[in-house]
Amino acid sequence: MEYKGVWILGEQNKGIIQTVSYELLKRGKFLSEKLGVDLVAVVLGYQISPKELNKLIHYGANRVIYVNDQIFQNFLPDPYINSIMELINKYNPEIMLASATSTGRTVAPAVAVKCHAGLTADCTGLDIEEGSNNLIQTRPAIGGNILATIKSPNHRPQMATVRPHSNQPLEPNPGNVGEVIYEKVKEKNLKSRTNQIAFIEMKDESANIQDAEIIVAGGKGCKTEESFKMVRELAHQLNGAVGASREPVDLGWVKYPHQVGLSGKTVSPNMYVCAGISGAVQHLAGIKTAHNIVAINNDPNAQIFQVADISVQADLFDVLPILIDKLKDRKVG
Amino acid sequence: MKILVPIKQVPETSNVKMDPETGTMVRSGVEPIVNPLDLYAVEEAIRLKAKYGGEIIAISMGPPGAKKALQEVISMGCDEGILLSHRKFAGADTWSTSYVLAQAIKKIGKFDVILCGERATDGDTGQVGPGIAAWLDIPFSTYVSQISEVNKDTITVKRIVENGYQLVGIEKPTLLTVVKEINFPRLPTLDGKIRSKKIEIPLWGPEDIDAKIENLGLKGSPTRVVKISKPKVSRDGEVYKPNNEKETEEVVDRIIEFFEQKEIL
Repeated sequence: MEYKGVWILGEQNKGIIQTVSYELLKRGKFLSEKLGVDLVAVVLGYQISPKELNKLIHYGANRVIYVNDQIFQNFLPDPYINSIMELINKYNPEIMLASATSTGRTVAPAVAVKCHAGLTADCTGLDIEEGSNNLIQTRPAIGGNILATIKSPNHRPQMATVRPHSNQPLEPNPGNVGEVIYEKVKEKNLKSRTNQIAFIEMKDESANIQDAEIIVAGGKGCKTEESFKMVRELAHQLNGAVGASREPVDLGWVKYPHQVGLSGKTVSPNMYVCAGISGAVQHLAGIKTAHNIVAINNDPNAQIFQVADISVQADLFDVLPILIDKLKDRKVG
Repeated sequence: MKILVPIKQVPETSNVKMDPETGTMVRSGVEPIVNPLDLYAVEEAIRLKAKYGGEIIAISMGPPGAKKALQEVISMGCDEGILLSHRKFAGADTWSTSYVLAQAIKKIGKFDVILCGERATDGDTGQVGPGIAAWLDIPFSTYVSQISEVNKDTITVKRIVENGYQLVGIEKPTLLTVVKEINFPRLPTLDGKIRSKKIEIPLWGPEDIDAKIENLGLKGSPTRVVKISKPKVSRDGEVYKPNNEKETEEVVDRIIEFFEQKEIL
């Protein structure tokens, strides 16, 4: 059988295509151009406007395959997995990319099992091998201690989830033309053995560290829950999210969704400011793809300084109040 | 209620070596531990058993030494352990690993719920849990931060996702992958340790679980690790050591300037 084309799984929330999908399109475009094949965005949703779907074309897709059904209003594994399987079996793509989000990391492993595909998790680099045209996937593993290069030479599609915010989307081009296919899938593939009872939106936006452009994180060095508030205040001044290493979470100063690192979340903000974090391997694993890092710690041997762009070897209790004040002054001035 | 907990023995992540030939981990000489994120699944299983009764079976695929990981979770409160160990299993990726675990679960027979850790701290993929559910064709839920209710035919759970919590009802039997937020794992008890040493842990190979040989190990894995490299660690950044308030102010000014350069202000 011939497998052709690069697919990305587009994610939507309440009918709005998510930024991670535009990031995937840039990855996909790079691969599809090297292979000389089409780039296709697959979207499962409900009542998404044609205008919104067209954006995928502006961001690089040659074609959009859209399945419209009420069941896709909320994320449920069965209809997602079974519908994608039906589409894969119909069109036979050679590459299928998903974002390494909660949705992508739930759907992709089940799809990979069902279509006997190799799947590489949380990739930070993708390329095409010359000659063989195999997908070359790079990902950090073992707590970020190593970078592994992985391929699936004998199985199609080749599947990968891609770390969110590990690249920027292309500039959208409203002049791009492409086709939106309204696809129907079999009724049985829309059935679900799970149902959503409720969705409780995160009230505290500062906890959405995976989507944040700016994160201010604190560690054990903050000493008390009270002084951890400086971290929150700095985050507030920078309109950023609040992060933490393991200890503040274990001590209850801040909730688990804020935890960065191996047993928390992997983040890729533009700016990561951290205070009182020593930079244990487990924490560093979570910030390997942060674009800029400013670290404040009073231990000159702290590991965090190895990865920081700006290392401040000083007491955070001296530095943070001044930084917060100066930022406040800027706003007033 | 019958609860199954697949666990993995992992090396301490701070001390790992790789075989450059095969791209797989060298496990000898590294102190192995139970994957820390699996302990939350074990703890949740123990709590469910305390509330609803039943039994807990822990399963692990790995080298013969992975028996120790099973003993550890038995000493926490699991009732039994099953070790899947055979040279044909070696070098498996997540596709093949989830196949072997699913075959073992089929052999065990009826169950109510499978509890998995969110991911292992070595491979860091989080793919085996959903993979097992796909092989068994059972409904599943990932990123579970609370099991709210267990009824005769359904389980209600809360999952934590990027922008909030999703409350979902799932038909039994089901598989759940749990996150750290769900509980606080207990330590093994002395009684548990004694029991774990006495208990017989059966060893299963490919024939015991009716596994297709072509799905096993490195040969049965669709993915191939072709290269391992050390990521560049150091960023060679600017280093400041302010000694008084004036110098601290200057450093703060530099930080603000850096924010401006990176266009976050």
